[in-house]
Amino acid sequence: MPEIAEKEVLTPQIVRLKVIAPDIAKKRRPGQFVILRVDKRGERIPLTIVDSDPREGTVTIVFQVVGKTTHMLSQLERGDKILDFAGPLGKPTEIEQFGTVVVVGGGIGTAVAFPIAKGMKEAGNRVIAIVGARSKDLLVLEHEIAAVSDEIVVTTDDGSYKRPGLVTEPLKEYLDRGEVDQVVAIGPVPMMRAVSELTKSYGVKTLVSLNPIMVDGTGMCGACRVAVGGKTRFACVDGPEFDGHEVDFEDLTMRLTAYREHEKQSYNQYLEYHKDK
Amino acid sequence: MDEKAKKKTLRPDRVPVGERSPLERVEDFREVPLGYTLDQAKDEADRCLNCKKRPCKRGCPVGIDCGGFVDRVSKGDIRGAVKLVKEKNLLPAITGRVCPQADQCEGPCLVGKKGASIGIGNLERFVSDWERKHGEVLPDKAPPTGMSVGIVGSGPSGLTVAADLIQLGYGVTIYEALHEPGGVLIYGIPEFRLPKAIVSEQIDGLRRLGVEIKLNQIIGKTLTVDEMLEMHDAVFIGVGAGAPIFMDIPGENLIGVYSANEYLTRSNLMRAYSFPEWDTPMFLGKRIAVIGGGNVAMDSARTALRLGADEVVLIYRRSLEEMPSRDEEIRHAEEEGLRFELLKSPTRIIGNGSGRVTSIELISMELGEPDASGRRRPIPVAGSEQIVEVDTVIMAIGQQPNPMIAATTPGLKTDKQGYIVVDKETMATTKEGVYAGGDIAGFGASVIRAMGDGRKAALAIQDYLVSKNTPDRESAS
Repeated sequence: MPEIAEKEVLTPQIVRLKVIAPDIAKKRRPGQFVILRVDKRGERIPLTIVDSDPREGTVTIVFQVVGKTTHMLSQLERGDKILDFAGPLGKPTEIEQFGTVVVVGGGIGTAVAFPIAKGMKEAGNRVIAIVGARSKDLLVLEHEIAAVSDEIVVTTDDGSYKRPGLVTEPLKEYLDRGEVDQVVAIGPVPMMRAVSELTKSYGVKTLVSLNPIMVDGTGMCGACRVAVGGKTRFACVDGPEFDGHEVDFEDLTMRLTAYREHEKQSYNQYLEYHKDK
Repeated sequence: MDEKAKKKTLRPDRVPVGERSPLERVEDFREVPLGYTLDQAKDEADRCLNCKKRPCKRGCPVGIDCGGFVDRVSKGDIRGAVKLVKEKNLLPAITGRVCPQADQCEGPCLVGKKGASIGIGNLERFVSDWERKHGEVLPDKAPPTGMSVGIVGSGPSGLTVAADLIQLGYGVTIYEALHEPGGVLIYGIPEFRLPKAIVSEQIDGLRRLGVEIKLNQIIGKTLTVDEMLEMHDAVFIGVGAGAPIFMDIPGENLIGVYSANEYLTRSNLMRAYSFPEWDTPMFLGKRIAVIGGGNVAMDSARTALRLGADEVVLIYRRSLEEMPSRDEEIRHAEEEGLRFELLKSPTRIIGNGSGRVTSIELISMELGEPDASGRRRPIPVAGSEQIVEVDTVIMAIGQQPNPMIAATTPGLKTDKQGYIVVDKETMATTKEGVYAGGDIAGFGASVIRAMGDGRKAALAIQDYLVSKNTPDRESAS
């Protein structure tokens, strides 16, 4: 069972764990994810690998507490073990020298965008990071992504930090200047949708990383199917990254609501049970 | 003894095996047949003519001496019967429950020509259950060879290869992608047909013999087949077909449409029927349509009935005669209240404003000329569309190969559909030292056929390793 080597609480809701998993660390490339389980009655959830160190044999995950499984995961400490930890899954990001790449990260999506920005930089691209969050306390990895980017713009919806507004505004300015060869957008579905709609009108290729519901994560169940270019694709094996101009975001948004009631019930019951502890 | 066999009068009817009543069993996930008592088993076994021809043995894909073990049961030598079965099959508690015996050992039975064939499946189940109660009969194990074999997947073919090779003195490591071993025996076949405790028990038996099982290992991702070949002297790939097929009709992405793989995995592997005690949820629909006519369709339908559906309809595009499911499953499902819509096929799934399934449109079919499978081809009847109200649709129309291993293994040839190309006698792939069997190497198999592939592969792997004759791996590479 993989052991937690380091834990850091980034914000009250967002945690970074460094996990000892040498086989995964050796294979992992940017854009890939793990499936993990915390409890023997627990769900299997996918989490993107943010960083890996093959020499040290560790992989890093960053996650926001949104339900029972992520809550339980956030309770684990250094030295604790994660029951099941499998990967690296999904296709790696296609990293090439494109020229100027704008990497857009929204909320916790910045954690997923960071390794891609790093990879793009290492491949010789000029990297512009646009990082947004609802408010300052939901902003993560700002300094890490700044360190691997040539330029960075930070926005908050509520104006509590740096530039007020949405990530699409600075993105539009870059697009208007005609200096963008490729966009990678990772974050909440409405943000990825807005970015894709914007870049489509400029004809700039845009990759998005999708996060549909998964069970096995290896292509066996089809729960994560998404409509891309009119075809059914499985995000776990055909993705998780797809051409944002081809993704049916409406279909994705709808499918993400499938178990909302169940998720709420499960989490509330867990919180209720643990409230005195 | 022959004298006695000749004098024996033929009893045409089987000793019935007790079954829980449909009304009772549809309320839970416990097993349906109760199994024979010792007296019932001896009585049933006594019907066997103990004929010399042993067509039953030839009908068995792994070559169990069925007549031989049935004879021992009739004489009350149950331990001897267990030993005989386990010479050929270390997983009898599983095969006794899920084999399509009517098409295999029981099919050519001489008694069956005059009446009902000997209930070999029920007797196999009886002897394995007896063994679990009375202590394990351990098979003989050859001295260690110093060589080892890596197996991808812990389903029926992988477990058979493991069982055979561990007895022959090879080190065996199984790499399983999921968090629980057993493959389709765990995530696919439901508890009421194959209790998980029995699968675990049989797998633990292999562990006691020395088989190592590594979980959460996704071959093609965590490790490649080439890396496995650096650690082992040969590799067997038994990963199953893996990827579910959808019909490519409108509405398939609506909430409430499941592949049978997802539906069964949620229920079996993730125990979603115990939500919220277990974390994984699933929809407990009230009106459910299952599309397909195989065992997987039947398993899905009977699961849905147990999860509290008011009505479950099985939609199959041919007639009852062509239905590939085991006869017993069809009968059990019918008794439990499954409704059949035969000669019908879905044309689209209809949903409401929040993306949830509300109904399914079907079209009637008629049977035309036989197709490549030898079954009459279903042809849609123009203008026969009809709408059926449902809230859940389960697609159980088959699977296709998952390309994960083929894509990461240079030298491993696949056919144009993506199945791994193997020599049908040895299960050898086009890559030296790599063998494959079960669904990934063929077209729509069963548990026992996968086990038959595993048997052939194990023998061929032994031949290969003996001829390679290199206990020291360094000198081989």
